[in-house]
Amino acid sequence: MMTIGLEHYLVLAAALFTIGIFGIFLNRKNVIIILMSIELILLSVNINLVAFSSYMQDLVGQVFAMFVLTVAAAEAAIGLAILVNYFRRRGTIDVEDINQMRG
Amino acid sequence: MNAIPNLAPAAGEIILAIGAMVLLLAGVIIRNLKVTQLNKACSLMILIALIPVLVWRGDTETTFGGMFIMDGFAVFMKALVMLSSAIAILMSGQYLKDKEIETYEFPVLMVLATLGMMMMISASSLLSLYMGLELQSLCLYVLAAINRNRNRSTEAGLKYFVLGAMSSGILLFGISLVYGFTGTISFEELGGQIAGAGNNIGLIIGMVLVLAGLAFKISAVPFHMWTPDVYEGAPTPVTAFLAAAPKVAAMALLVRVTITTFPALTGDWQMILTFLAIASMILGAFAALPQTNIKRLMAYSTIGHIGYALVGLAAGTQEGVEAVLIYMAIYATMTLGTFACILSMKNEEGMTENISDLAGLSRTKPAMALALAIFMFSLAGIPTMAGFFGKWFVFKAAVDAGLYSLAVIGVLASVVAAYYYLRIVKLMYFDEPAPDFVPSYDRPKIYIIGIMAALNSPLSLLLISLLVGAAAYAAGTLAG
Repeated sequence: MMTIGLEHYLVLAAALFTIGIFGIFLNRKNVIIILMSIELILLSVNINLVAFSSYMQDLVGQVFAMFVLTVAAAEAAIGLAILVNYFRRRGTIDVEDINQMRG
Repeated sequence: MNAIPNLAPAAGEIILAIGAMVLLLAGVIIRNLKVTQLNKACSLMILIALIPVLVWRGDTETTFGGMFIMDGFAVFMKALVMLSSAIAILMSGQYLKDKEIETYEFPVLMVLATLGMMMMISASSLLSLYMGLELQSLCLYVLAAINRNRNRSTEAGLKYFVLGAMSSGILLFGISLVYGFTGTISFEELGGQIAGAGNNIGLIIGMVLVLAGLAFKISAVPFHMWTPDVYEGAPTPVTAFLAAAPKVAAMALLVRVTITTFPALTGDWQMILTFLAIASMILGAFAALPQTNIKRLMAYSTIGHIGYALVGLAAGTQEGVEAVLIYMAIYATMTLGTFACILSMKNEEGMTENISDLAGLSRTKPAMALALAIFMFSLAGIPTMAGFFGKWFVFKAAVDAGLYSLAVIGVLASVVAAYYYLRIVKLMYFDEPAPDFVPSYDRPKIYIIGIMAALNSPLSLLLISLLVGAAAYAAGTLAG
């Protein structure tokens, strides 16, 4: 019978983090997917923090996770607000169309 | 433990936090509030909040359970950040009126961003570091996208948000690893724990991720890709603000994290910072050469200057930290002055950002041409200008620490960079005047351009010893 230890949580968090980072760079379609990837990164951080906190019997990690949750909510709100505004101006949220400035 | 923490070290922050909320309420309640007046009120408030910072009696003190630290280093950096913010807010009035984006949120967001920067500078645990950084970043995302009627502004806001949020995520992942492998988030305890832990691979990965997240915020290469687009797309007063205060604050954070938290891993972060410095200096010099938009040019110029400042930090000595402080102070004056000039560039169609529109400025507006020439000479680091002393101290620190190749690359990169600064001077003094160029200034901008030009001109020789003394004191308190 396998017990779930600290390493399993760390591997899960690292995998989620990597998926999040790749989601931002490989995705060429839709900005909403980028927002989802950012949420994924923040959630992987929370898994890490809570796993360490429970492993070390230290509350600081869980308190930190609460703060990360709150900031993630504010960040998503601001991101969506900017995105709605962008959609109103341009009528599209394709990643490939965000290219008025380059050089 | 006291029920109420000692609030005295955070007096400046408290004034700004309450003041920002009062101004926000005033903006909602009072109809027809003039934004130019609100701008002045906000700058005044920042200057009032500066008083408790400046009269701080100088000994190191922590509060809020060790999460907030006030020392000489914090006083120096906070004074710099607050003055830069106040100046950037004062410059913005005329532009907001011309572009019809007179929203009362604008100066209030700038004040809140300043508050975030002050929290960053005073952070003494990974949690307060993160909260300060996010407060600043979230305000800046909104500010970059504040001109809702312009495609470029919203695009800049979107790009800044996506890359900024990702960098925060990377920073946080690093923080979680550092916490996991040491069991603490306080900078002071971390320093001791890391010294005891030795070379732990998880800890080193955590540190690298934290440094990568911070490198995003100071826009060091290879984490710079957002900078040119955001600088070009954001409204010009926002760009002026972005170029000065947040860079100073993020650099302060980087200095504090590397010097007080990771002294045991100096060899490891020195390697990273050396790479960042070399890459930033070279990219800042070469990528700016073909630019035609002056805001984009200033973005690459910023990247280069961050590279020079990192040379001092890469030295890893107290002398190096001192050089970084001097460099950031001089950099702030040069950048704010240049942006005050950019904000005055106007032709008959409205604001212009093309470098070619500056042609022959010496004949139409000799005073502005002289001021802009001083800024360009100073940015290029021509001897007797203030910018030269910044580079001098940074390279001297690198040579004293034995990093000869870094100093040589830095000098070579600044020679290349001098070309595009001097090209602007040549354009202003030796080319035929551009048609329809009618620069406009309002009173605050004239004062700002005048003062900044004086600070960057050879007159700076009188003040440089004062700055060096203050920086030496600040760097001394950081080392303990």
